[in-house]
Amino acid sequence: MIDLTTLLLEPFQYAFMRNAFAAIVLVGLICGVMGVFVTLRGLAFMGDAIAHAVFPGVVISYIVGGSFLVGAIIAATIVSLAIGFVTQSGLLRNDTAIGVFFVGAFALGVAIISTQKSYARDVASLLFGSILGVSRTDLLLTFGVGSGVLLTLWLFRRQVVTISFDRTFAQAQGLNLWGLDQLFLLMLSLTIVISLQTVGNVLVLAMLVTPAATARMLTTRLTTMLAVSALVGAASGVIGLYVSYFQGISSGASIVLVATAIFILTFLFAPRTGAITTRVARRLHFEHPERDQFLEDGVASSRP
Amino acid sequence: MTTHMQSTTSRSDLLTLTHAAREPAGVARMQTNCLSVHFEDRSAIDDATLDFFPHEMTSLVGPNGAGKSTLLKCLDGILEPTHGVVMLDGQPLRGPSPRIAYVPQRSEVDWKFPISVLDVAIMGRALHRNRFLRLSPSDREDGLVALDEVGMRRFAKVQIGALSGGQQQRVFIARALLQDADVYLLDEPFSGVDAPTQALMVQVFARLRSAGKTIIFATHDLAMAAASADTCVLLNRKVIATGPPATVLTVPNLQASFGGAAILPPGLAARP
Repeated sequence: MIDLTTLLLEPFQYAFMRNAFAAIVLVGLICGVMGVFVTLRGLAFMGDAIAHAVFPGVVISYIVGGSFLVGAIIAATIVSLAIGFVTQSGLLRNDTAIGVFFVGAFALGVAIISTQKSYARDVASLLFGSILGVSRTDLLLTFGVGSGVLLTLWLFRRQVVTISFDRTFAQAQGLNLWGLDQLFLLMLSLTIVISLQTVGNVLVLAMLVTPAATARMLTTRLTTMLAVSALVGAASGVIGLYVSYFQGISSGASIVLVATAIFILTFLFAPRTGAITTRVARRLHFEHPERDQFLEDGVASSRP
Repeated sequence: MTTHMQSTTSRSDLLTLTHAAREPAGVARMQTNCLSVHFEDRSAIDDATLDFFPHEMTSLVGPNGAGKSTLLKCLDGILEPTHGVVMLDGQPLRGPSPRIAYVPQRSEVDWKFPISVLDVAIMGRALHRNRFLRLSPSDREDGLVALDEVGMRRFAKVQIGALSGGQQQRVFIARALLQDADVYLLDEPFSGVDAPTQALMVQVFARLRSAGKTIIFATHDLAMAAASADTCVLLNRKVIATGPPATVLTVPNLQASFGGAAILPPGLAARP
């Protein structure tokens, strides 16, 4: 056992690994919580769009040496307003408008950065993250912005829940749908921006969607779902980072693959909804009807 | 129970109706005046002038696309009419009001959402009372009482999507009850629900009516429209006829609204 402990503690002798672990736990928790609302509202594609849309903002602030956070927020706001404006015209579907603008913005980012000499290296670190380069300042920024996002979500939890569950009712209650949508998109943009350095543009969507999707299969309660999603997010981050450290795999990819593996295992073996679990339960029921109690407790209770 | 009738005459230019002499009703709680709604180049409602009174249950009847939902959304203040006004107690309605409870069509809701029956019921209460703070135990207690009235108390902790259509509708009724409004607007409350739930809703509406509330529901079910409402508004993009169900749901009126294929419920078939 001592060997295993030594092995697991080994990465912690390096300051950059300590920072990396702290960063991925924070990002896992925040993306896990935010991702629950993203998946429940069917905004996964919008999340992908924002992740790509912030790219030109990040590139410009990278070149001029400004805060990448500010650049990313400006880019995300412009793109989400443009999507909203085109959708409101009623001529095109929302996902069509998203498709047009996010690739356009992403191409703009690529165009700008391709004028730089260190093009290849810069693009790789922006697209796939550079978790080993997380500084203490980055950590503090992630912590500060992340806490702000979680606090805002907590304050507006009832509005967000109502708007996600029953939009017409929310409108009838006098909620400002447009304002709440914009606030939600701003929180989503901030979450994505603070995740960019750890997992990068391309892979951040997995941190938003996969843990939340896993949690949804395990519970029908929102609070439990939030907790499970945050936990799965953080755990995927930690396990993925270990795998990356010991196997020499790209950290962002390793983290996302761990999250995906957890999702697939849950899909197959979740107690009440798993593809294999339910089949086994049904089989048990037919072969041993006297063990019906298992069905009563495990499977049937979710469908009164 | 006294039935309050409407004082407006139908603006139909298809038919001239002979209305029974009407007793002068009290002051209208909600009114629409020359209300029209246009979507792009299509008109959904044209020139509707209607009155709705306290102690009155009104059914909006018409085929699909007749403008029933559109009219309800205007009455709720979530849809702004192209022309005309909606009045609540003599004041123009500008946007949603806490005095109006609205039960949307069940198809507009995300049933997979992980939320319990009780949390759905107290959703409206939660937004009115304290937007940002914790709910008080009395809010939850009120929620359980409302669920009890619709026979759903024992399902309080169940996820909403696990219920049957009728049970889901009951929860929505409980949510509307908890808003303690003066006007209740319901979009197709009887469609896709079981008979016991329909009966229970009629009973709940009757209680609300005797408490002085105004109830307005949209339906394409002529039997429900005739059996439970005091007043019928027959719609097909404009008001075809309005008044007590017996005078409104006549063969010529229904043909004008539904077209030739209108099938009358047995109780109404004999009337000219």
